[in-house]
Amino acid sequence: MPRRRVVVTGLGLVTPLGNNVKDSWDGILAGKSGIGPIEHFDTSGFSTQFGGSVKGFDISEYMPTKDARKMDTFIQYGMAAAIQAVADSGLECAEENAARIGVAIGSGIGGLPMIEANHSVLNEKGPRRISPFFVPGSIINMISGNLAIRFGFQGPNIAITTACTTGTHNIGYSARTIAYGDADVMLAGGAEMATTPLGLGGFAAARALSTRNDDPQAASRPWDADRDGFVLSDGAGVLVLEEYEHAKARGATIYAELTGFGMSDDAYHMTSPPEDGRGAAASMANAIKDSGLNPEQLDYINAHGTSTPAGDVAESRAVEKVLGDAASSVAVSSTKSMIGHLLGAAGAVEAVFSILAIRDQVAPPTINLDNPAEGCVLDYVPHTARDMKIDHALSNSFGFGGTNGSLLFSRI
Amino acid sequence: MSTIEERVKKIVGEQLGVKEEEITNASSFVDDLGADSLDTVELVMALEEEFETEIPDEEAEKITTVQEAIDYVVAHQ
Repeated sequence: MPRRRVVVTGLGLVTPLGNNVKDSWDGILAGKSGIGPIEHFDTSGFSTQFGGSVKGFDISEYMPTKDARKMDTFIQYGMAAAIQAVADSGLECAEENAARIGVAIGSGIGGLPMIEANHSVLNEKGPRRISPFFVPGSIINMISGNLAIRFGFQGPNIAITTACTTGTHNIGYSARTIAYGDADVMLAGGAEMATTPLGLGGFAAARALSTRNDDPQAASRPWDADRDGFVLSDGAGVLVLEEYEHAKARGATIYAELTGFGMSDDAYHMTSPPEDGRGAAASMANAIKDSGLNPEQLDYINAHGTSTPAGDVAESRAVEKVLGDAASSVAVSSTKSMIGHLLGAAGAVEAVFSILAIRDQVAPPTINLDNPAEGCVLDYVPHTARDMKIDHALSNSFGFGGTNGSLLFSRI
Repeated sequence: MSTIEERVKKIVGEQLGVKEEEITNASSFVDDLGADSLDTVELVMALEEEFETEIPDEEAEKITTVQEAIDYVVAHQ
């Protein structure tokens, strides 16, 4: 029996560039930066004082504030992106199909704001004052859970957590779930809101963040010689994935086909990749093999490209290893140069950008790439977006723990 | 200075997301105001904060309407 094909029929975004797909994508194509000073808590004393915050977000557009109060911020972002994606897809959940629709939306870290707030309550007022909504309002699978409650989706319901590869893994897992026949439709993606005192302080302590406090918009500069770490950002991305015949039968708009998914691990270090990028290369190679394509057929790669000294070089090496001579002709860009690193949401948001790159036949730019660092020799689409033929686009995510994932989307 | 009744209704409105004019003394938190079991736990905590008292769990279970909340506060002032 041939494998069931999986297509994308709905998109939703909340990012530092906008609280929907259009605003975010317009910002990306214009090469805008969504990075700025963190203003929702006092950052004095922190070595990094900026990030990619979501701005002007109003959850009451999506649900009563009474319900939203029981959901930590990452859940609210995830719900908003998912509700957008469902509306975009035109999907209707009814008694006949409810058991065939599932959800896989994760988060890298989960409900840090509620954890911090309730820990303070515990210390100051004692255990009797801990909110009854603390646990159900902060645990990672509650985007998936709340969406099932809202729409009636009774199919597989899961939330994979793999640090910065979370979004990618949830999408890949969802595609497999549809291909295998366990569901006809999956909502898939990731959400994050970790720009809290503990989150910012923790990543700073791990020496992962840029400290370019005097110029936040220039801080995320993948492959540039002056890069000094990633920029911590918030938001969410959700895709509606659907079995091809199912999508056709209901006349859905199809953005692209998800043709390949690959995974691997570096088996090397908690936070750093090996210099040769062998884990990243294996992940990309596995996705390409899964798709049945040849490596030279790739037109565009949305890189993990976080702007860290080690990671950017390793990923470039990996692209060279997998594509060989074709590495010089593939466009490779990092949209993190504009929105920063959304951790568990990154893979999902970047999957949306990869899909839109195919739809609009345009490669997003890598901004701030003024002087490519030594050893960074690929075509990184510096500064401005580029109109070009894109039939096949690969999206990479690599996370702490050495966990790697790659998604391959194709024009249909 | 607000009366105990006004203060109770204000907290009920805030906690359960209900307009104060929709709240009567006879309103049941679950049946009339849409609360679930966790909402009522949180509501009791908010009353404890407002009136600087501690409501034991076995007493809290008996507070199911606005009037019962008012009566409890009055009796334990």
